[in-house]
This record gives sequence, structure tokens and C-alpha cells, in this order.
Amino acid sequence: MSVTRTALRTVVIAYLFFLVGWPLWMVVQETFLSGENHLVSTLQDPAVRSALRVTLAAAAWAVVLNTVFGITLGILLVRHDFPGKRLLGLFVDLPIAVSPIVVGLALLLAYGPVQGWLGRPLAELGILVVFSFPGIVLAVTFVSLPLVLRAVIPVLREIGIEQEVAARSLGAHAVQILWRITLPSIRGAVTYGIILTLARAVGEFGAVLIISGGLVGQTETATMAVQRFHQGFATGSSYAIGFLLALIGIAALAIVTVLRPKEHTRGN
Amino acid sequence: MPTRALNNPASATAGIPFSPGRTRSKRRPRSRRRTTLTRPAGLALGISVLWFSLLVMIPLALLLISSVEDGWSTFWDTLTNVQTAHAIRLTLVSALAATAVNLVMGLLIAWVLVRDRFPGRWLIELMIDIPFALPSLVAGLVLLSLYGPESPLGINVLGTPASVFLALLFVTLPFVVRTVQPVLGELDRDVERAAHSLGASRATTVRRIILPALTPALAAGATLCFARGVGEFGALVILSGNRPNISEGAPMRIQSYIEVDNTAAAATVAVLLLATALTATLLVEVLTSQERHR
Repeated sequence: MSVTRTALRTVVIAYLFFLVGWPLWMVVQETFLSGENHLVSTLQDPAVRSALRVTLAAAAWAVVLNTVFGITLGILLVRHDFPGKRLLGLFVDLPIAVSPIVVGLALLLAYGPVQGWLGRPLAELGILVVFSFPGIVLAVTFVSLPLVLRAVIPVLREIGIEQEVAARSLGAHAVQILWRITLPSIRGAVTYGIILTLARAVGEFGAVLIISGGLVGQTETATMAVQRFHQGFATGSSYAIGFLLALIGIAALAIVTVLRPKEHTRGN
Repeated sequence: MPTRALNNPASATAGIPFSPGRTRSKRRPRSRRRTTLTRPAGLALGISVLWFSLLVMIPLALLLISSVEDGWSTFWDTLTNVQTAHAIRLTLVSALAATAVNLVMGLLIAWVLVRDRFPGRWLIELMIDIPFALPSLVAGLVLLSLYGPESPLGINVLGTPASVFLALLFVTLPFVVRTVQPVLGELDRDVERAAHSLGASRATTVRRIILPALTPALAAGATLCFARGVGEFGALVILSGNRPNISEGAPMRIQSYIEVDNTAAAATVAVLLLATALTATLLVEVLTSQERHR
């Protein structure tokens, strides 16, 4: 019994060490311990700064759009009944399961300036979606679409409607109930969803690669810069930006881990 | 004025969709769950659905249309093209293999996390989630550092079919663990003790008591894992070297079709991936709803 336990523990630790731990340590080593500090020198490159700015701005847009969408649809799906609700609930999870490259292609077919079904009329009006910033926003918003929604739905179910009913019986109107009762009680879940959205949007590569055109200094995102440096054998720089992105992701993970148990105790 | 319906017997069924048909008469009594939308709620729903259609449904529908635009024969010609067929096969086989390994390792890791107590357990918890946190492109870089040309282990998978498998193994690591772990944590230990006291061996208990209880969670985790594996792109870009007929996966094939402006062929492969993802999502939905009703 105790032999099995030790054996299992050893197998698990060894597996994770070779798959995750050691490779991750190598990246840290490459970034900081290989002589020069690549992180500092890379961050002074104006193209890299622009790429980081584009990435963060697009991620911020994705957070705003998906938070509004997630809260609105979450309340509608949990508190209301309407025809097609089940189907909508099913389709809304789809963006997570679609390959990023497929997302890129689908958006290109819809919003491309030449062949795009919606993109061509927009281009005639002088609005360029693909190969410019709005396209990047669409791509990262697509891939992170249901994250806030998914975080909000279980909490909305859990808190029930007693407080809302009480508020209404005391004369509160719909907007007051939304602002004073519903939104404060799902604040934790929304924060959780926002952090997941942010991490997903910052790290997106495949969809953005197809959509943005990758003009260095203009529509290039951080992940695309990683690939550019990697292909140009500037390993140090590519590892440095990669490390920075990894840091954002892991910070998000840490915050999410801290947030999650709180959500549980509040639910109970 | 809507009647407050907390004592309404219909509220007992609030968790279950209780409306049998889609047509609703206005005279239907308001139950705890409002069955009609108020005007602002209807407007909000309209805007949400419009946005969702513009962002997701219309582009995906155009993808479907584009794949069969040139007729079914072109559709099949694309899929049976030697290089494309190889890429699709490599992706599917690697995703299946990674799923199989994940089923075993995911179960073991979940087991250790739930049933074992030792210092440094939090480090394992952290490592499980790292593939979720890392951008997949960075995941490729991370793996390349240990399993690339400058590997201190002397293992170089760059440009081999194994690179696809390794990349998928990394990015799909959390799925099975994270679906199995909560179910395993809630299992009633008394049943296991009872089985033991009735003379069942450890192996019998695992096979007859624990595994059956975990099957829905394992299946759901495996499906998520497979769907994610089939679509993985970023890690492959770095790790696979993209060699036609050797290490080129289906998502890479889509990218090369897009680069040469053959969007119809790209859409064909994409539809195949999309169908796989859709099937997986539906399967998860069916499996988890079964679990809920149990």
C-alpha cells in the first residue's frame, strides 16, 4: 500500500518534472543566466514595445467586450426563458473548442477586404478590419468569448433570486436591482472570468497571425514578435518576450487560484 | 403586477427546463423562473445574439460555405491530397495518443493530488495549470529548450512526427486532471472501506468501485483533451519544423493553404477540424448532463 503510494508519487513527480518543470527552468535560464540580460535589451526595441502595446490594447478590448457580453448573456440564460436558449447555450461554448487557425480563417472569410462577405462592403466604406487593429480585437475576443460567461453562470444559479425578489417587493426597479444586488454578488466571478480572458487574449497566436498581417511596429502582437525573433535565430530576444508572456500567464494563474476558494466559501 | 411566486409548486422544477413546447401562451402563470422576456431583456438578448452572430456564427457559416463552394469533388480532392491527408492523419493520431497518455497520467496525477499528502504538493498543483497559463507558442519554446537541437538530454524531436505528440502532451496536460480531481475528491471513502472489509483486493476496489464512478469525468476530460489537441497550432509552429509529409499537422496545413490564397482548401481542412471540435463539445455536453442527472 505504502509502496504503491510512493511509486505513484514518484511517477507523477518525474513525469511533471520532465514535461513541465525542467523545460520551464531552461527558459528562465536562457533569459537571465546566459550572460547578458535579454529581457532589458529586448524591451528597449521600439518594435517590441509596439507589439506589447498592441497586445495589451487588444486584450483590454476583449475584456471589455466579453465582460459586457458575458454578464448580459449570463443573466439572460440563467434568469429568463426563451426559445432557442439551450441551443444558444451550446453554441456559446464553441469558440473555446475551435482551433485558433480556424478562427483566423473564418474571420478572414467574413471580414477580409477582398473576399470578405462583410469585409468588402466595409472596405468600400473605408473601414479596414482585417490587417489592422480592429481585426486583432475581433480575433482575441473570439477566442476568449465564453470565459466570463462561464464564470458567471454557476454563481448566478447559486445565489438564486430571493434577494432580487425581496428588492423588487420593496419597490426597487430593474436597473437598481441589477446595480445594487445582482452585479455586486457576481463580482468575484466576473473578476475570475476577466483574468482568464486577459491571459487567453494576451497569449493568442494562431488567429492573430492570420488576421493582423503582422506589420512590424504596427499590427504585430507580442506572440508574433516571439515567432519573428525565433525564426531570425534571435533566441535570446524570443525567449525574453516568451518569458514575459509566461509571467503574465502565471500571474493570472496565481490570482485565479487565490480567487477560486473564496468563491466556494461564499457559495456555501 | 407579477405575483411573487415563491410558494408556487412550479418552483420545485426550477432547475429543469419544464416548458414542454416552444409556444407559450400569455396566460401562462408566472413561475419562479420568468418564461417571457421583458422588453429591455429582449433588447439585450437581441443585441447579444447579433454580436455573437457577427463575431462567431457568420464567420463559421462562411467557412462551411467556402469549403463546399467548388463542389463536393473538390472537397474530397483536398482531403485526399497526399500531403493534406498525411497532415490530418498525423494530427488525429497524435491527438489520440496524447489523449491516451493523458487518461492514464491524468488519473494518476489526480489520484496523487487528492489522496496523497506530502510537502511540495502545491508545486504539482501549479505545474498542472501551467500549460493553461502559457501561450501555446511559448509552450513550444519551452519544450524546444529541453527537447530541441541543444537538448541537454540528447533528445531532439524538432522536425520529427514525435514533436507533434510531445507538443500535444504538454498543452493538454490539465484537462483530464482537472475534470477527474473534483469527482475523485467527492467519492465516498466508506464504499471503498466497505469493499475492503468484504474482502475485495485493492485492484478489485479500483476496478469495480473507483473507475466506474470516474468514467464520466474521464470521458469528459479525454474529449476536451482530444479537441484541444486536434486544434493546437502555436506549439507546433515552433516545435514541428513544419516538414511536409513528416511533421506537418493539419492546422499547419491550413496555414500554408491560406498563405497561397487557396482559401477553399484551407476551409475544407478547417471544416474537418471544426466538425471534430463540435462533436467533442456536444459529447462533453451529453456526458456532463448525464452525470448531473445521476
